[in-house]
Amino acid sequence: MLKINQLHKSYPIGDSSLHVLKGIDLSVEEGEMVAIMGSSGSGKSTLLNIIGMLDEADSGEYILDGLPIKNLTEKKAAVYRNKFLGFIFQSFNLINYKNALENVALPLYYQGMKRKERQEKAMFHLEKVGLADWAKHLPKELSGGQNQRVAIARALAANPKLLLADEPTGALDTTTSYEIMAFIQQLNDEGKTILMVTHEEDIANMCKRIVRLRDGVIMEDKKVEQVRAEQYV
Amino acid sequence: MFRFLFDRDTWQEVFDSLSKNKLRSILTMVGVWWGILLLIGLLGSARGLENSFNRLFGSFATNSVFVWGQSTSRPFKGFQEGREVKLSLSDAKNIEKNVEGIEFVLPRSQTRVTATRNFLSGGFQMAGDYPLLDQLQKKKLIHGRFINQNDIDDNKKVVAISEDAYKQLFEKDEEAIGKYIEINGINFTVIGLFEVGNVNMGPSTDMHIPFTTFQQIYNRGDRIGWMMITGKPEYDIKQIEEDSKLILKNLNNIHPKDTQAFGSFNLGKEFAKLTGFLIGMQFLTWFVGIATLIAGVFAIGNILLITVKERTKEIGVRRALGATPFEIKRQIVVEAVFLTLVAGVLGIITGGWILILLDHFFGQGADAAIVNASVSIAVVFIALLILVALGTLIGLIPAFKATSIKPIEALREE
Ligand SMILES: Nc1ncnc2c1ncn2[C@@H]1O[C@H](COP(=O)(O)OP(=O)(O)OP(=O)(O)O)[C@@H](O)[C@H]1O
Ligand SMILES: [Mg+2]
Repeated sequence: MLKINQLHKSYPIGDSSLHVLKGIDLSVEEGEMVAIMGSSGSGKSTLLNIIGMLDEADSGEYILDGLPIKNLTEKKAAVYRNKFLGFIFQSFNLINYKNALENVALPLYYQGMKRKERQEKAMFHLEKVGLADWAKHLPKELSGGQNQRVAIARALAANPKLLLADEPTGALDTTTSYEIMAFIQQLNDEGKTILMVTHEEDIANMCKRIVRLRDGVIMEDKKVEQVRAEQYV
Repeated sequence: MFRFLFDRDTWQEVFDSLSKNKLRSILTMVGVWWGILLLIGLLGSARGLENSFNRLFGSFATNSVFVWGQSTSRPFKGFQEGREVKLSLSDAKNIEKNVEGIEFVLPRSQTRVTATRNFLSGGFQMAGDYPLLDQLQKKKLIHGRFINQNDIDDNKKVVAISEDAYKQLFEKDEEAIGKYIEINGINFTVIGLFEVGNVNMGPSTDMHIPFTTFQQIYNRGDRIGWMMITGKPEYDIKQIEEDSKLILKNLNNIHPKDTQAFGSFNLGKEFAKLTGFLIGMQFLTWFVGIATLIAGVFAIGNILLITVKERTKEIGVRRALGATPFEIKRQIVVEAVFLTLVAGVLGIITGGWILILLDHFFGQGADAAIVNASVSIAVVFIALLILVALGTLIGLIPAFKATSIKPIEALREE
């Protein structure tokens, strides 16, 4: 699915620079569900953003689905993001003046899909996250958990191969977190590859593999026995 | 691109983002609206003034100079200074033949007379004229006709009188045409009744009789009062004036440097000054209008720039979802074009209203200050085009700004 070799990334800070990723080697197979953990500032988000082509590495190799990601034009990157990747953010990042259905339909709009087909498809995904009745509501009229479910539906709308989530449960309470995790596990069961950043051990244990970062390198990379989230809901 | 413009989503996006920021959108539109309103209002009134000016002078051959004899100020060829200078018909013929660029030379004679009819009488200015006068200085005839060539050939005793003279000599509503009036003891038939214009060239005239009749009655022989020299439109009337005077001096044995011998009034020169003023005003109008327009468009650009700054996070989200920079730029440009277009059209409509109001309050009646205040469709169209083009260009600046950063930087914006 994806393969990373000796990836480096540093941020310029004034005259000096902050070396955040110091040679990451990582490969993820199709159907995996990986948790990326590490202390604050260890570079988890930076890594995820590079994988999501929202940011660029300074050096190293990154191959996504057999495609070397290097010096892509912004247009090409946009097409790959649209086709391969789905994003779930900690702060949802829904568009505040669009209702749930319109938000979910947005990636399909950028795929050039016809309005009617788009709305049907968006509705299908909203149903899947249990929010069909809330389709016409604006994000401010929804709870955090509902908003994150809208965001998940949006990430799924374009049927991506790889789902990237940066602390998807970071803004939610425990019960809601488990609800969201149940959804994500279900998606993984259906075959989606999932990469998520999290701080919480219990959330990480609901994945199938945990990668720990420290000081810009991978300190530990192990498979774990998946804890199912449904039992807590 | 076409599909994009007719796509409901496109306009949904535009309306969403514009209506979300109502105040800002309205302020922006006011800038452009005001600019185009001003342009139309100013251009329209300038045109109206020009029209009223043309209406005032339109019936005159403006490329003309009047010349009359005074008295010499230098001795020449044995003649003493202070000699009275009298113009003659042959002088007029000579000028017509020898000066380059002449259209007509019209001799005229004029005197003050007393006219009576039954028990009514009054003092009037009476001129002896050729039919040509009617061509150079259009007479608005209420009844009857002006002098014709027949009258000239037969020295007929006929007269065209002004409305004022009619009022003094006739009872109200009395038929004048065909009646006799007595001018300095001689009976004349009234052939025409004309309106007095707002603008007169030379001394105002109450009565016109055939030139030949005038010369005969007053025993003028070859001598004429003054002449009106009209140049062809493409010739410089100042040059014609100089050439004519030189010939006149030569014919009348006057020193070439004598500046007192002839009096003249150059209508063309005065007219050119007024025309220059009008052109200057039009130029100023354009300048002010376009400057205001540009200011308005810059206001739009500035506001769109702020919008983009505020929307950076949203644009980051859209890019994460797979929007290409082109799609994002296109969206923002459509917003800019839409705003300028709507504001521009509103400006055109209100500008039209202003012109209608101007016409209503200042454009009525014969001596209106502003006549038919209007702007040509082409001008309006070009103004709108410039506006939309500028709107697009300026809309592109913030659009480039929003897409030049990495998506993650846009997403981090709070
Ligand atoms: N745009 C940037 N400019 C400069 N420094 C940055 C930038 N983005 C991140 N950093 C720095 O890089 C380091 C890693 O940041 P990153 O966001 O990847 O950490 P993280 O592991 O996700 O932390 P957290 O758990 O708090 O989200 C941090 O020290 C951060 O300050
Ligand atoms: Mg982070």
